[in-house]
Amino acid sequence: MHHYVTQGYVLPNQAHLYWTTMIALYPYITGIVAGAFIISSLYHVFDKEELKPVSRFSMLMALAFLLFATVPLLMHLGHPERAFSIMFTPNPTSATAVFGFIYSTYLCILSVEIWLVYRADIAYLSHNARSAPMRALYWVLALGVTEVSDAARRLDRRVMIFLAAIGIPAAVFLHGYVGFLFGAVKADPYWASPLMPVIFILSAIVSGIAMVIVCYTVVQWAKGRAVDMKCTQSLMEYAWYFLIIDVSIEALELVNHAYMANEDWRILRQLIMTRLWTSMFIFQVLLGSVIPLLLFGAVTVFKDRIAAGTRQAIGLIGGLLLLVQVAAMRWNVVIGGQMYSKSLRGFIDFHVDFGGQEGILAVLAVFSLPFLTLFAFSRVLPLWGSLATFPKQWLKDDAADIGAQDH
Amino acid sequence: MTTPTREELSRRAFLRKCAEQGSATFVFGGMVLTTAMLRLPQEGVPGEPPPKAGKKHPEVIYGFVVDTTKCIGCGSCVRACKAENNVPDGYNRTWVEQYTFYPNGEVVVNSPKGGEDGFSDDFPDSNQPGEIGQRPDRGFFVPKLCNHCIDTPCIQVCPVGASYRTEEGVVLVDAERCIGCGYCVQSCPFGSRYLHPVTKTADKCTWCYHRITKGLKPACVEYCPAKARIFGNVSDPNSEISHILATNRVQVLKSYLGTNPRTRYIGLDSEVI
Repeated sequence: MHHYVTQGYVLPNQAHLYWTTMIALYPYITGIVAGAFIISSLYHVFDKEELKPVSRFSMLMALAFLLFATVPLLMHLGHPERAFSIMFTPNPTSATAVFGFIYSTYLCILSVEIWLVYRADIAYLSHNARSAPMRALYWVLALGVTEVSDAARRLDRRVMIFLAAIGIPAAVFLHGYVGFLFGAVKADPYWASPLMPVIFILSAIVSGIAMVIVCYTVVQWAKGRAVDMKCTQSLMEYAWYFLIIDVSIEALELVNHAYMANEDWRILRQLIMTRLWTSMFIFQVLLGSVIPLLLFGAVTVFKDRIAAGTRQAIGLIGGLLLLVQVAAMRWNVVIGGQMYSKSLRGFIDFHVDFGGQEGILAVLAVFSLPFLTLFAFSRVLPLWGSLATFPKQWLKDDAADIGAQDH
Repeated sequence: MTTPTREELSRRAFLRKCAEQGSATFVFGGMVLTTAMLRLPQEGVPGEPPPKAGKKHPEVIYGFVVDTTKCIGCGSCVRACKAENNVPDGYNRTWVEQYTFYPNGEVVVNSPKGGEDGFSDDFPDSNQPGEIGQRPDRGFFVPKLCNHCIDTPCIQVCPVGASYRTEEGVVLVDAERCIGCGYCVQSCPFGSRYLHPVTKTADKCTWCYHRITKGLKPACVEYCPAKARIFGNVSDPNSEISHILATNRVQVLKSYLGTNPRTRYIGLDSEVI
């Protein structure tokens, strides 16, 4: 079948794309959530001490992104006012219907976990914050419990480890599920693959670690604070390990398509070699995978033999490139999978608008929301490590010794 | 069998007993299950899966046959559908594809405006990158529409159950319930669905459900001058469609995807996907 040279024929209802930038942005955001959460869990659950400087920040980053994971979906829905139907009247056979439940479960777990991590600080601040309204705010955040005994702290930690034990699979599930949404669409041979959830999880972890490295480095530089090289080194090594597996499985997926060479391969090959050439081979493979593999590989192998400043710069550049890679991957999957017709005989062109509900401006606006939220968090909670980094001027002049509270 | 005392029941003996009893239960249970599964349906409707245990086939199960050997590509069906169902411009609930085969092995497929205005008398080589410069070997038309699949992915994936199947086997969308996520559009292997630009909900061919439930035929069937579209009750062995299904070799589109379409085709070429 289909040994012939065929010409462009697109099925009439496929003249344009139904899922565009917002649906590409959605897995990008949830991916960062999953990756950032894994980093924070490495410290909080697996006792990777070197990650302490970013452990709290990555947890709040996961929350900040998670809070807005639904926004691209709502922007995209034809009837966002009916969105809650997926929870009130879910169709049990629908993968999409799971979203509401897994999302809210994970949001609860993450919120409680963050509360437990910050509980002692919040209790301290409810007594020692400079202004009365802030003390009241902390009192509310502490749910009225402002005394923290050592026994209570030990219990907190036990509960937190328990929650993390649920939270890690939930984070992986939340994002693997996004891959399943695509991988289980048999109508689209470019998507249909059991490797899709695996690819999505791995690239998610890579993007989350990359975002943590970038933010940590930029903030430390901007604040004139020293970058903890053990932490950055460790983050880059984790990014490298996950990147190796990520790139291998992504390559395997593509090679498998090519080697099986089903009837769809003719058009998929054309799609990849023409319309996706730049976004796949330049952005995803060369800039986003090969260069970071070399950069982080060098850092992992040579460690201290590379100057700290250089390694910080490598972290920043490599991190940014990884963020580009994962964005390109989301684009290539979500948009790419719709750029050819189910007739397997024609292509659909796609150009992003600047304005409009799913234009570049809207994407940037939605993507900036988690950062604004993180900034808001930073006004209330010490993002980096501990209370020692909390602005002194926000505390009462006669505030109790921070050191006593630090842990 | 006497109950063994605590001393008599060694661990080894206990495990052996478990294995014996367990395997007996397993074999017996397996036999019961196999017998139950082999129970053949008493009455069947050709092409339909057997009804659930204790149930009969509904009295009306609709089916659709497209006889591609009869289609003349006039586009009457597309126009009738558009008028009957107020289908928005740029979208089609049904469309007609033209396949043209050239001696050099090239196949040209096209469907200008879904075939709404019919097809031009010229050979369709205008969308060729270079001149074919040959006369085609052969060609034919293939009308397409929703396949109203028995195992349809569109119903499976709908998060809110807005896509559903009537007892007569018609796949419909509840526009009051649809959230407009577009997952069903992606999951349909045939491109039968679209998001309606005005209602912002999924839309598709309903086999003119509002007509067929009044005893009328779908508009496309009514207006086809070549009798290329046959619609009827496959549950009724005396219906025209049952007769056609009984006396023809029929195919379905993309059978390898296992969606079990209720729209069946006569004279489908391997180039048609």
